[in-house]
Amino acid sequence: MLKLVVCIKQVPMVTELPWDEKTGTLRRDLAPGMMNPACKHALEAALQIKEKHSAHLTVITMGPPAAKEVLYEALAMGADSTILICDKILAGSDTYATSWILAQTINKQCDKADLILCGAFTADSETAQVGPQLAERMNLPAVAYAEKIEVNGRTLRVRRIVDNFRETMEMECPALVTVSMENYLPRYVGLGGLQSAFDENQIKVMDTATLGIVAADVQKEGSRTKVRRVFLRKTQKENEFFTGVAVNVVHEFLNKYERKISTVIGKSIEGKERTRGK
Amino acid sequence: MENKKKSIWVFGDYRNYYQNRVTLQLISKAMDLAKAINAEVCALVFGHEINEWIMEYTAHGADRILAIDDPALKSYSTEQYLVIMENLARERDPEIILIGATDFGREFAPRLAKRLKTGLSADCVGLEISPEGLLVQIAPSFGGNMLAEIVTEYHRPQMATVRPGTFKEIPHDNSRKAQVERLPLIKDLPEPRVRLIEYERCAEKEHSIENAQVIVCGGRGMGNKNNFAKLHELARILGGGVGATRPVVYAGWADHDALVGQAGKHIKPKILFSFGISGAIQHTAGLGEADFIVAINKNPQATMMKMADVAMVADASDVLNSLIKELKKRIRE
Ligand SMILES: Cc1cc2nc3c(=O)[nH]c(=O)nc-3n(C[C@H](O)[C@H](O)[C@H](O)COP(=O)(O)OP(=O)(O)OC[C@H]3O[C@@H](n4cnc5c(N)ncnc54)[C@H](O)[C@@H]3O)c2cc1C
Ligand SMILES: Nc1ncnc2c1ncn2[C@@H]1O[C@H](COP(=O)(O)O)[C@@H](O)[C@H]1O
Repeated sequence: MLKLVVCIKQVPMVTELPWDEKTGTLRRDLAPGMMNPACKHALEAALQIKEKHSAHLTVITMGPPAAKEVLYEALAMGADSTILICDKILAGSDTYATSWILAQTINKQCDKADLILCGAFTADSETAQVGPQLAERMNLPAVAYAEKIEVNGRTLRVRRIVDNFRETMEMECPALVTVSMENYLPRYVGLGGLQSAFDENQIKVMDTATLGIVAADVQKEGSRTKVRRVFLRKTQKENEFFTGVAVNVVHEFLNKYERKISTVIGKSIEGKERTRGK
Repeated sequence: MENKKKSIWVFGDYRNYYQNRVTLQLISKAMDLAKAINAEVCALVFGHEINEWIMEYTAHGADRILAIDDPALKSYSTEQYLVIMENLARERDPEIILIGATDFGREFAPRLAKRLKTGLSADCVGLEISPEGLLVQIAPSFGGNMLAEIVTEYHRPQMATVRPGTFKEIPHDNSRKAQVERLPLIKDLPEPRVRLIEYERCAEKEHSIENAQVIVCGGRGMGNKNNFAKLHELARILGGGVGATRPVVYAGWADHDALVGQAGKHIKPKILFSFGISGAIQHTAGLGEADFIVAINKNPQATMMKMADVAMVADASDVLNSLIKELKKRIRE
């Protein structure tokens, strides 16, 4: 039986969020969480593998208690078991620290995993670093940005497009793959499915102590990068405002900038308005 | 004394050299940084028959080139490059390593950082040297208009990735000289565990916007897919391309190829039209080199309006329709 692990992350629905126009920041307090889209594609890839081969699928996330929501969703989609790593001392971990915790958890809770899947990147950070670093932590062969994975015995065949090259690679299990959003459209789970996943309540919540990790190690493998300062970008230009009905605004604008536009587009729009008369 | 000099390394990512100049852009940035910490700029080139790249990196400002030319390296291999880089970095102790955020770089850099037990920040939009001599890695911070200054205080090298188009290359200068060290392939380089079975270059995209003179960008303020589609009409009239924000791409109004910003393309048009875009930093990170910006937004306070040379306070679709109509008239007559 194949042992599959998928690492998922809950992210705020950034693109749906209103902005606080005064401070220029996202109203994160209003953010409902969702499963990171690329993680959902990775989960779908795992589920499709499970449909063809006998497999056990564990889904892991590190996050706050609210991250249980995405685990319930994963159960509803078809995961067999789930783990939430939740510990205050892990808050603010960078990718170096995150990959370490994930590796520790997989080693301790899913010994001898055959295939670990991650999303290619998260919508809230886009670093795309955790998957490759997790592979290094676990000393596994890895391919990033996969759009198709085939399992033949212990051999994985992975297809991807990177930097304008279409590549097919092979490697042996155990291995790690990060999944892009090109393919593997996630299955839809109705409300009923979600409801029954809630009832089953099969989420293991673990902190570092229950994982058997000592504080000194968390320290040693902790974040390498530090955010020293966050600042508001200066944006105000010496600019010109046109206000009013669209048609008039457009006339005004074109009359003033006809020369500039003509030069750039290599076609003349100059003087046409004036000669035409009003 | 001489080998005590600090070094800033730039990984030579030459695979799409003619379309993607990120290595040259990083060499130029490294030259600025090098002045502040009295360091040399060193480019690394691994591959087979790589003289062309050695010459290019020299002409674009590298002081030193570390080159490994061997048939075993004839195609890109993350695993082999990792072993080589890790070994070289341990032996020579660079202060900083900069890597282009190509697909390759984004897979390679985090793994290298883990091996060297150091930090890495992704997609920096600015790099500076602090008064203490640290590399300040400036990256868009989550949400709105904020930038974050990230430092790797206690570990070396300090590492960052940068998207293509973020910095400017310096002009080619054939009279420049670099110290070229040709190194032998590492003994016992392990066979890669990931085997490349086949690969082919994809067909070039015809309408890449990276080099367009005029770009018409649309955001969520376009309202719906149909309205958004009309941006193509304006782009066609102006002989330009269409760009989009991330929510628009996620909503399926535009292809991923059109995405402009931190996670997408960095553009440098002579004229940029920005329709219904708020100007979140992750988007404007890709507009660094737009010459002249015309923004259309209902909200005069939107950041995009403040960044614009011309700001039109009006409905985006109305302005778009009028512009199309008016331009058609003027160009034809
Ligand atoms: C890690 C990360 C990476 C990201 N990378 C990118 C990236 O590469 N590119 C990118 O674009 N985004 C990126 N984003 C998302 C980014 O933060 C913003 O969410 C996005 O740019 C906002 O898009 P928008 O301006 O279209 O939408 P909104 O922010 O919703 O703005 C819509 C604007 O339209 C105006 N408007 C509404 N109706 C009208 C109307 N009828 N007429 C005129 N104006 C109107 C509104 O006043 C508003 O200013 C990233 C986010 C994260 C977290
Ligand atoms: N907190 C987390 N818990 C579980 N998996 C994570 C977490 N953060 C990142 N990942 C995994 O790493 C991938 C890439 O994340 P990132 O490097 O943040 O872009 C995600 O798609 C997940 O598969």
